[in-house]
Amino acid sequence: MPAPTKMISTRWDQADGHTLNGYLRTGGYEALRKALAMNPDAVVDEVKAANLAGRGGAGFPCGTKWSFLPKDIFPRYLVVNGDESEPGTYKDRLLMERDPHQLIEGVLIASWAIKAEQAFIYIRGEMPHAHERVAAALNEAYAAGYIGKNICGTDWSMDVVLHWGAGAYIVGEETALIESLEGNRGMPRLKPPFFPASKGLYMQPTVVNNVETLANLPWIISNGAAAFTSFGNEKNTGTRLFAVSGHVKNPGVFEVEFGTTTFRELFYDFCGGIREDRTVKAFIPGGGSAPWFFEEDLDTQLDAGVVGGKGSMLGSGAIVVMDDTTDMVKAAWRLVKFFAKESCGKCSPCREGTNWMEKIYRRILDGEGRPEDVALLLDVADNISPGLTWPPKQTTICPLGPSAAAGALVSSIRRFPVEYDHYIVHGRPIDGVSTGIYRPSLAPAS
Amino acid sequence: MSRFNPANLERARELLTHYPRAKSATIPMCHLAQEQDGYLTEEAMAHIAELVGCTNAEVYGTASFYEMFKFHPVGTYVVGVCTNISCLLVGGEELLDHASGSLGIRPGATTADGLFTLEEMECLAACTEAPCLQVNYRYENKVTHEGFDRIVADLRAGKRADIPRHGMLGAVRQSIPADRRAGVKAI
Repeated sequence: MPAPTKMISTRWDQADGHTLNGYLRTGGYEALRKALAMNPDAVVDEVKAANLAGRGGAGFPCGTKWSFLPKDIFPRYLVVNGDESEPGTYKDRLLMERDPHQLIEGVLIASWAIKAEQAFIYIRGEMPHAHERVAAALNEAYAAGYIGKNICGTDWSMDVVLHWGAGAYIVGEETALIESLEGNRGMPRLKPPFFPASKGLYMQPTVVNNVETLANLPWIISNGAAAFTSFGNEKNTGTRLFAVSGHVKNPGVFEVEFGTTTFRELFYDFCGGIREDRTVKAFIPGGGSAPWFFEEDLDTQLDAGVVGGKGSMLGSGAIVVMDDTTDMVKAAWRLVKFFAKESCGKCSPCREGTNWMEKIYRRILDGEGRPEDVALLLDVADNISPGLTWPPKQTTICPLGPSAAAGALVSSIRRFPVEYDHYIVHGRPIDGVSTGIYRPSLAPAS
Repeated sequence: MSRFNPANLERARELLTHYPRAKSATIPMCHLAQEQDGYLTEEAMAHIAELVGCTNAEVYGTASFYEMFKFHPVGTYVVGVCTNISCLLVGGEELLDHASGSLGIRPGATTADGLFTLEEMECLAACTEAPCLQVNYRYENKVTHEGFDRIVADLRAGKRADIPRHGMLGAVRQSIPADRRAGVKAI
């Protein structure tokens, strides 16, 4: 049985792991000193050699992202995406609460590598404890000379600022995050023409990196890219944090070698199996946006390319398990409802489409579904994401609406058409499945 | 209660020094105003507009996009129950229903004594701890119906010193000492 591999979660169980003393005692800020003795371009090369993929969802290689910054245009900024809110995702909050100095050291290493003028750590508003831990760590690091003027006694100076979000899923999209950081409504920017690397925050070159991505940097710099790539497989290097929730006996967040473990091992060995020893009906392999997997996919490796090749994504490492009692129409509705609620309203297909889909779901669940409703759902979905393939095509600026269309909705309709038909004909789920108690008409307006 | 009081005005001015452009301080200042008054008043938004150099409407335009900002008084304790997928699967809807019955209000409403506002929340990033809820954004994990009633009873009895009134963000704030500051360049 594969065992967890601890690379970035080593201090989670350390009582003082979040303090500067606890961090320094376990090798903290040595990677920063090492990086500062290197040429910034050498740090970029090391991260490129480590083949560190972004951990926020898209999986874009971190070093390559950095190298898109145009030469000689300053100031440039690093923005840390700590707006974790993809349904099922639970890892960045742990990294911020339990090992904030590791994140800060990663921020400093990245800032040095890309020659950032300033860094901003954008933390989701609903996480005051993460704010407290990161703020306390920033205050300690400033006082100890790791941030601010003359970092570690060098000529290099820069400020790292903690920024509060205020509740908006879409702000996890990098250009929406930048808009939000500029004090505006968090609506994604149209790209092209301008990508953040060339014109981002304040229309200056900007890198937006996820918390988990940056948390890997101290390890990579301390141990070298070669050691990092010895973990995982050829294309998936290092480790990944996977949050397994839903119908498993022991839900949890596990750090495992990237690309090595299978979903079956994760569910049955790490999580102790499915509750009441039931069977897996479906599972979400990478967050609420991702198309679903089913029982026959259990032996798939947790490998970004393999999962992508099977028509879904590993995304943000959010795995949600649904057993054979799950009402698939209800489960899909909750996800579609989420996207309808979180649509920022900028693009018509998403703003209108997600809400129409949600309304159609409501009447199906309320027992008032019409025979044409499944076809209508697919038609509306197709207008948001033509072809309903994965990765989704977009009639919108960002993938929010297309995720609602080509994710849970299509997965559940294609696999469980009988459950939809049963609802439409009989006004209730098929025998043996039951999830939750609400019929939407009774559910609160939200 | 309206504009920033002197202590908060000082903190608001400090926030301005954190950003290359003043408008970036809008959301943190809205949090500060909500902390002061429990919700975001029109006077506070006008004051923020003055401080960041934009119109009142721009501040309202930004603030109204974000769910955490309230434009009318809410309960001392805002109870947010998650019903998104991970919580749904293990009793999130039942927990919200129980909370609604126990408090005697529908989600979105506030109890007559002004103590509790109930909200239905989307994913709170505590998926392995489902079903979960937040009281003023402080987490309560794996909440049973009995556990919910205990939380409410404890809050009514003033036994939860760890949960401040609505609007209060983290107790620890970032403060950059003047002698350590690299210096933010305006752009």
